[in-house]
Amino acid sequence: MKGILSAQFTRRLILVVLTYVIVQLLISVNIINDYLQATLTTICINIILAVSLNLITGFTGQFSLGHAGFMSIGAYTCALLILKDPTLPNFLLGTLLGALLAALVGFLVGLPTLRLRGDYLAIATLGMAEIIRIMFINMDKITNGPRGLSGIPRFVNWTWLFIFTVGTVLLIRNFLRSSHGRACIAIREDEIAAETMGINTTWYKVLAFVIGAFCAGIAGALYASYFYFIKPDLFGFLKSVDILVMVVLGGLGSISGSILAAILLAVISTLLQSFSEIRMILYALILIVIMIFRPQGLLGSKEISLSVFNRLSRLFAFEKEEK
Amino acid sequence: MPLLKVHKLTKSFGGLTAVLNVSMELKQGELVGLIGPNGAGKTTVFNLLTGVYVPTSGSIILNKGGAEQELQGLKPHRICKAGVARTFQNIRLFKDLTVFDNVRIAMHKNVRYGLLSSFLHLPSYHREEKRISEATMELLKIFKLDGKKDEYAKNLPYGEQRHLEIARALATNPSLLLLDEPAAGMNPAETAQLTELIKWIREKFNLTILLIEHDMSLVMKVCERIYVLDYGILIAEGTPDEIRSNKRVIEAYLGEDVGDA
Repeated sequence: MKGILSAQFTRRLILVVLTYVIVQLLISVNIINDYLQATLTTICINIILAVSLNLITGFTGQFSLGHAGFMSIGAYTCALLILKDPTLPNFLLGTLLGALLAALVGFLVGLPTLRLRGDYLAIATLGMAEIIRIMFINMDKITNGPRGLSGIPRFVNWTWLFIFTVGTVLLIRNFLRSSHGRACIAIREDEIAAETMGINTTWYKVLAFVIGAFCAGIAGALYASYFYFIKPDLFGFLKSVDILVMVVLGGLGSISGSILAAILLAVISTLLQSFSEIRMILYALILIVIMIFRPQGLLGSKEISLSVFNRLSRLFAFEKEEK
Repeated sequence: MPLLKVHKLTKSFGGLTAVLNVSMELKQGELVGLIGPNGAGKTTVFNLLTGVYVPTSGSIILNKGGAEQELQGLKPHRICKAGVARTFQNIRLFKDLTVFDNVRIAMHKNVRYGLLSSFLHLPSYHREEKRISEATMELLKIFKLDGKKDEYAKNLPYGEQRHLEIARALATNPSLLLLDEPAAGMNPAETAQLTELIKWIREKFNLTILLIEHDMSLVMKVCERIYVLDYGILIAEGTPDEIRSNKRVIEAYLGEDVGDA
């Protein structure tokens, strides 16, 4: 049993390291040029955002429309710190601090609002994100108001993106496979039954909210330090909806679904860049078509595991033998 | 000293008093029935005992090994931790989760690893998960559900869903088990089987059981004592034989005798 587990673990580790090395190689020989690198960064940031929102909405069943608000807290915290003193340790400190601040706000907001359900919670979280945005607009002296902060030094490269993305996805996946994560899933299934079975539903709802906010804070920090420029309007209602679209498209309750959707949507919008006039129309059409034919999302609540690759490789081996 | 002491429990919803001054005592190891016509307030009593509703007045005292604990006003999860588990009249399983997960989730209160361990899967995580899995399988075997552990709960036949709910309640390791109409919707053969099962789990898990039931064959067969509720008021208490011949109970169920008309 242990042997099998460790073999599986080794295979996973190899796959993860291989992904990193291959992309790094492609970057160094400039096949992945600056333009594609921006797409790559968007993908990684979106993966963190989608997976963390999926923890709140897909797994714990709490409909939140305020994820961009948490993201902006991370972005501004990190940006302000590295604008003052652009060093790598400061970037890492800023990322951590931004994530912690977002988590703190998540806690303070979650405690009263998570008593609400469904639509009411969505409105409350939407309001929270708006308050955060308007605060950033009005704290003119610190945040430069609606003009935003520009010239943020870039510390984010593929290595940091990879570490943070894999790290947050792994942590959330591990959490969901523990008794604490299962408690969150039980809340989604039936809150009264969960509470009666000894699960402190308030605590676990707030916990999911705080973990999600923490990860969104990290994503925001990565965003600020890659794209040089942030302003409050980048983190408005539409950004929250964007993230929610990824979660719903990938499948509520599927981590690999969120990852897949994050990649897919980034690729689609990159490909459509050349049709700028009809881009948003096509984008919307694609979403509508997918939702008609796959209302539960691309993966539903299922996960893709490595066994898919095993089966594929076996299939290929079989075909070869036949030849 | 009784395991559970309910004193003058009252619950009003606005102007409607659903339960009024209900007092009852359950001794350790007893199997007690709670019966009454539809709308008598039986499930409301259960909801009060498990914290789903907060009582308007009255007290609920659970006595666990000499230590008394007041349950009224506590949140359901605290009451569960104190050792009270229940099933629901309208089955409330985690429908889209597997049979295995349904029971495993109910072990939550006995899981001894922290958040850090759940994020990083430290050794304590693996040790505890193994223990929970084994305990879950043991419970599923008792209810003959081990062969269906990967089935979604919603795909089980009705009778097995009822069994799974009892298994899930037992997973919380209770000292008092509340069963809300466990035989509802079962045929006589299934009910007979359930009767044996209830008797058996009481011995095996050292339980005190309070059960609501409309199926009189089950109530009369397994319960040592019966409380009768009508319009939120206790109208009788006694052994099955006493209850069977109690005039007020018959009136409550069949209506008053019009007399010599």
